[in-house]
Amino acid sequence: MSALTVAYALLFYAATAILVLGVLARCWRYARTPQPLKIPIPPAPTTRGGVALRMLLEVTLFRQLFRSSKWTWLFGWMFHVALLLVLLRHLRYFTEPVWFWVDLVQPFGLYAAFAMLAGLAGLWARRLLVDRVRYISSPSDHLMLALLVAIAASGLAMKYLVHTDVVALKAFFLGLMVFDWRPLPADPALLVHLALVATLMIVFPVSKLLHAPGVFFSPSLNQVDDARERRHAAGWSAKIVHVNRARGG
Amino acid sequence: MAAFETPPLGEYPVIPPLRQGAMAHSKPFVAKADHQKPLGFPGELVPEWEKVAVTRLGELVSQSRGLQVFLDSCVKCGACTDKCHYYLGTGDPKNMPVARQDLLRSVYRRYYTFAGKHFPKLVGARDMTKDVLDDWYAYFHQCSQCRRCSVFCPYGIDTAEISMAARDIMDSVGLGQKYSNEIIGKVHKIGNNLGLPGPALRDTLDGLEEDVKEATGVEVRFPLDEKGAEVLLITPSADFFAEPHIDGLIGYAKVFHAAGISWTLSTHASEAANFSLFIGNHDNLQKVAGRIREAALELGVKRIVVGECGHAWRVAYSFWNTLIGPFDFLDPRYPAPQHICEVTYDLIRRGALTLDKSANADKVVTFHDSCNVSRGSRMGDVPGGQFLIPREIIRACVERFVDMAPETIGEATFCCGGGGGLLTDDLVELRVKGALPRMQALQQVVEEHGVNYLAAICAICKSQFTKVLPYYKHPMDMIGSVHGLVSNAIVLGSSK
Repeated sequence: MSALTVAYALLFYAATAILVLGVLARCWRYARTPQPLKIPIPPAPTTRGGVALRMLLEVTLFRQLFRSSKWTWLFGWMFHVALLLVLLRHLRYFTEPVWFWVDLVQPFGLYAAFAMLAGLAGLWARRLLVDRVRYISSPSDHLMLALLVAIAASGLAMKYLVHTDVVALKAFFLGLMVFDWRPLPADPALLVHLALVATLMIVFPVSKLLHAPGVFFSPSLNQVDDARERRHAAGWSAKIVHVNRARGG
Repeated sequence: MAAFETPPLGEYPVIPPLRQGAMAHSKPFVAKADHQKPLGFPGELVPEWEKVAVTRLGELVSQSRGLQVFLDSCVKCGACTDKCHYYLGTGDPKNMPVARQDLLRSVYRRYYTFAGKHFPKLVGARDMTKDVLDDWYAYFHQCSQCRRCSVFCPYGIDTAEISMAARDIMDSVGLGQKYSNEIIGKVHKIGNNLGLPGPALRDTLDGLEEDVKEATGVEVRFPLDEKGAEVLLITPSADFFAEPHIDGLIGYAKVFHAAGISWTLSTHASEAANFSLFIGNHDNLQKVAGRIREAALELGVKRIVVGECGHAWRVAYSFWNTLIGPFDFLDPRYPAPQHICEVTYDLIRRGALTLDKSANADKVVTFHDSCNVSRGSRMGDVPGGQFLIPREIIRACVERFVDMAPETIGEATFCCGGGGGLLTDDLVELRVKGALPRMQALQQVVEEHGVNYLAAICAICKSQFTKVLPYYKHPMDMIGSVHGLVSNAIVLGSSK
């Protein structure tokens, strides 16, 4: 067992634990924190079913973003959908036999890598070229884009420039999942790709990537517009009590 | 007050380039100890205020899921950057919603997040310093909490919630805004924003009864503190004396008269406005609203109706049930509370009012959707009723109605520029510049359709437009109440 294999095996155990526990902890905190008042943003649905539909449209089509900025929507949506396809394609390295629908995704997943890069390039261009977006950008915003671009680029490099031993790689990950460590191919492009992915997993719970779970907890999007019909109370507002009588009565 | 230039109206709206620091000088007068104490705030900057502020921030975040999600979730996509009327009117980058949020987010990150604690430079986290506090005071008083940006945010991040939290933190360390806090103190003490005592109110109402009698020959009553009335009307105190608000009040009285609904005002709760919303303080919010529950119980009314006031309707519609409900002592056949526009619209639909459009024949009317009505509440029983109902009322009362450009009305409406506790003369430059996007849209319908009347259902909008319309070369009396139009059109003779 090479030191490299041990190092990467431990890295991925740590990264997975941090990602899962970190995001769960954050979701737990959101779920536990009360929202004392009703603050849905119009056009707000008046039923729970309506809210589910609104949330679905929001997280699949980015409806509010479409309304506000067509370019950001185009690049952002392209990136997210491509990322999803690419992630689904990668399931083939973690399943044996490969699920049939992962095979169906495979050809799209390959093109999606280019769409993902194009989306990222567009978003980065906006961040650099639009004075307003440049003003609000921190170093971390640029680094996050750099990280994602590097992940996509190193992945594409393995596909088209320096092939890696995907059979051995798959054995490594399948083994990792059952605590049966197999050697990891020592290809530089692969090592870079995996190290960057692990980095992304580790920073996820402490970065703006929290927007992914956060959107589901956003009261302006997930509240039902029924303030008059249903008395809402949570946190400090749940402690309010009244007696039904006039002053001094 | 430094001199300033009214921004020019171009042929079409433009997104201005960044003008850093353009509005750094704009700060409202600071509250004195006398204004702070009655609200439960320290009179001056407390010792170790940095610590107190950071602690208060932590409390607020732990008490509000919204605040927590909003502070964590922003990805700096920039979608909101060109949506704020204050940015569009001033070009100051700190008036971009995300940049305004970042004034507070940077401090939250520094003290309450892993990344900000260990890598502050990387994520733009900042220590709580005097410079930061000064920035907060300037720019959180350049937000009218109108929520337009949140309509365009992919995560629904509500800058109003962040701006309210920042103002609450500033109040808790002893740095309050004079305008809002002085007014809240008056409500606590006397019952309305103006500090108008009961006898003066009765006098005013008597005067109105005489005026209406003179103009129409009909004895329309303006009752005060009448036990057993069916409706308690809660209306902004500006309706009692300010133009054009007062025409609205006369309109409500005529509607009640024509429909034969007994109603009353209350001296104890002679104010619909609740400025505690603007300063984000829930103790005061609840206390001010509490007077209305007390008055309703004391007078034994069956319904509570709210007059034309934007943020008051937000508080009433969205928060009253929580703050002063349940309304199990009111008539369950009516929504509690009910907007005066819902009352009038319902009567119009049932054919209970006789309206003569020719009384408004001289007017070409457009409607300004007020931010808090549009984005903080609803009317009627379908989504968007808050846009439909006032327009239907106007159409029933006037011959010619046109809407402004669609991206400037409805849920995308632009704030008048004076909401959120900014309707004060020490912020007049901000108010004029912030009105630019609305004035741009108005200019277009004036030129294309000859619009000469801007109707609104918010006391703040009405006062703000009265002030800023002349800066944009429109007559100040172009702004009017929706129920002012009703008042003109309604025919009273039929119901004796």
